[in-house]
Amino acid sequence: MPSPFMQKLYSYAAAPVFYDFAGRLARSFGMAALLLFAAGLVGGLLLAPADYQQGDGFRIMYVHVPAAWMSLFVYMVMAASGVVTLVWHVKVADALGRAAAAPGAVFTALALATGSIWGKPMWGTWWAWGDARLMSELVLLFLYMGYMGLQAAIPDRRAAARAGAVLALVGTVNIPIIHYSVVWWTTLHQGPSVSSFSAPSIHGSMLLPLLFMSLAYMCYFFCVLMVRCRCELLQQERHRDWVRALVAGGGARG
Amino acid sequence: MASVFASVLRRDLILGVRRRSELMPALVFPVIVMALFPLALRPEPSLLQGLLPAVAWVAVLLSVCLCLETVFRGDFDDASLEQLMLSPEPLALSVLAKQLACWLLTALPLLLVVLVMAALFGTPPRALGMLALTMLLGTPSLVLYGTVAVALTVGLRQGSLLLSVLLLPLVIPVLVFATSAVTAAPGWPWAELSFLAGMLLLALSLSPFLAAAALRARLC
Repeated sequence: MPSPFMQKLYSYAAAPVFYDFAGRLARSFGMAALLLFAAGLVGGLLLAPADYQQGDGFRIMYVHVPAAWMSLFVYMVMAASGVVTLVWHVKVADALGRAAAAPGAVFTALALATGSIWGKPMWGTWWAWGDARLMSELVLLFLYMGYMGLQAAIPDRRAAARAGAVLALVGTVNIPIIHYSVVWWTTLHQGPSVSSFSAPSIHGSMLLPLLFMSLAYMCYFFCVLMVRCRCELLQQERHRDWVRALVAGGGARG
Repeated sequence: MASVFASVLRRDLILGVRRRSELMPALVFPVIVMALFPLALRPEPSLLQGLLPAVAWVAVLLSVCLCLETVFRGDFDDASLEQLMLSPEPLALSVLAKQLACWLLTALPLLLVVLVMAALFGTPPRALGMLALTMLLGTPSLVLYGTVAVALTVGLRQGSLLLSVLLLPLVIPVLVFATSAVTAAPGWPWAELSFLAGMLLLALSLSPFLAAAALRARLC
C-alpha cells in the first residue's frame, strides 16, 4: 500500500485530475508573472542607474539574460519529462514534454535576437561567429527545431512523445559536449577584435531587477506550459469520456 | 548472445555486398561535393589546401547522413525489424551489429574516396595521414549517433530531411575536433585525438541502447 503522499502524487498522473490542477496552476503562475514582470521592468528600465560604460544599452540585459537561462532550463524540463515518459509511461509527462518544446524554442530565439541587438552597439557587429555562447545557443535552437520537427512528423501522439523523449535525452548528454567543443574552438580561432563583454561586477540596484525578471520568465513559462499542456491533454484524450463531458458542458470545468 | 551479433553482422554484410549498386551514389556524392569547391572558388592550390579539412569533413558528414538512411529501411519494409525486436536476445546487440556492418559497408569506402580526393587537392602527406586518422576515429561516432537519429525517423515520409536536422547539430563536436586536429600546429594533436576517441567511447557505450529504445518507441 503506497503512502498517502504517493497516492496523492499518483492521482495527479491521471489526465482529468491534472487538467483541473494545471488550470489552477496556470492562473496562479500567470498572476505571479504579471506582478514580477511589472516589478522587474520598472526596476530595470526606470530605477536602475545607467551603466558607466554601456549607458542605457545594458538594459536589454533584463530581456536577454533570463531568456538565455530559460532556454537551457526548458530543455532540462523536456529531458526530465522524457525520463518519466520512458520509465513510467505517464501520459501527463508526454504532454508536458511536447508542450515545453515551442516555448523553449521561442526563449532561445529571443535570447539570440536580443543578444544580436545588444552586440551591435557593444561589439560593433550583429553576429560574431567566433563567440562560443552565441554558437552553442544557435545549436540549442537547432536541437529544439529537430525535436519539434520530429514531433510534427510522427502521426501517433504517444509514439511521437516517446521518440521525442529519446531525442531529448540524447540532446541532454550532448549539450555540455557541444558547449565545451565550441568554447575550445573559439579559443583556437578567436580574433582579438571581438571578445565577450564581461562586467567587472554588478551592483545591487541592477541585480535585483534581473532577479525579478528571471522569476517572471520562470512563472510565465510555467503558465504557458500549463495552458499548452491542457490543450495537449484534450487532444490526446479526445475520445475519452471526461473530454466529451467537458465539451458537452461548454468547457466550464477548471 | 555472440551468435546473434555474428549472424546479424553476417546477414547485413551479405545484403550490403549484394546490393552494392545502392551504395555507389553514396560514394560518388562526396566526390561531387568536393569537386564543386574548386569550381566555386578559384583553383589556387594554397586556397584549396587551406580549405581541405573543412571541405573533406563536411563532405563526410553529408555522405554519412545519406548512407545512414538505409540502415533500417530494408528491415523496416519487409518487417524483419519487428522479428529482431521480438527475439529474446537484447535488441541493443543486434543494433550494434547493424552499426558495425553499416560502418564497414559505407564509412570505410567513403574514407578511401575522400582520401583520394584530398590527395588530388594537393594535401601534404602529414595532413593526409591526420585526415585518415581523424576519419577512422570520427566516422564510427557519426554512424553510432546517426543510427539513433535514423531509428527515430524510420518509416517517416520526410525522414531523410529530418534525419539531417536531427543528426548534424549533435555531431558538431566531431567536426570541430577533427578539423582542428588536421589544421593543428606541427606536433601530435593529442588533445583533439583524445577527445575524438572519448566521443567514440561514449557513443559506443550509449548509442546501441538509445537506438534500441528509439526503435521500440517508434514501432511498439
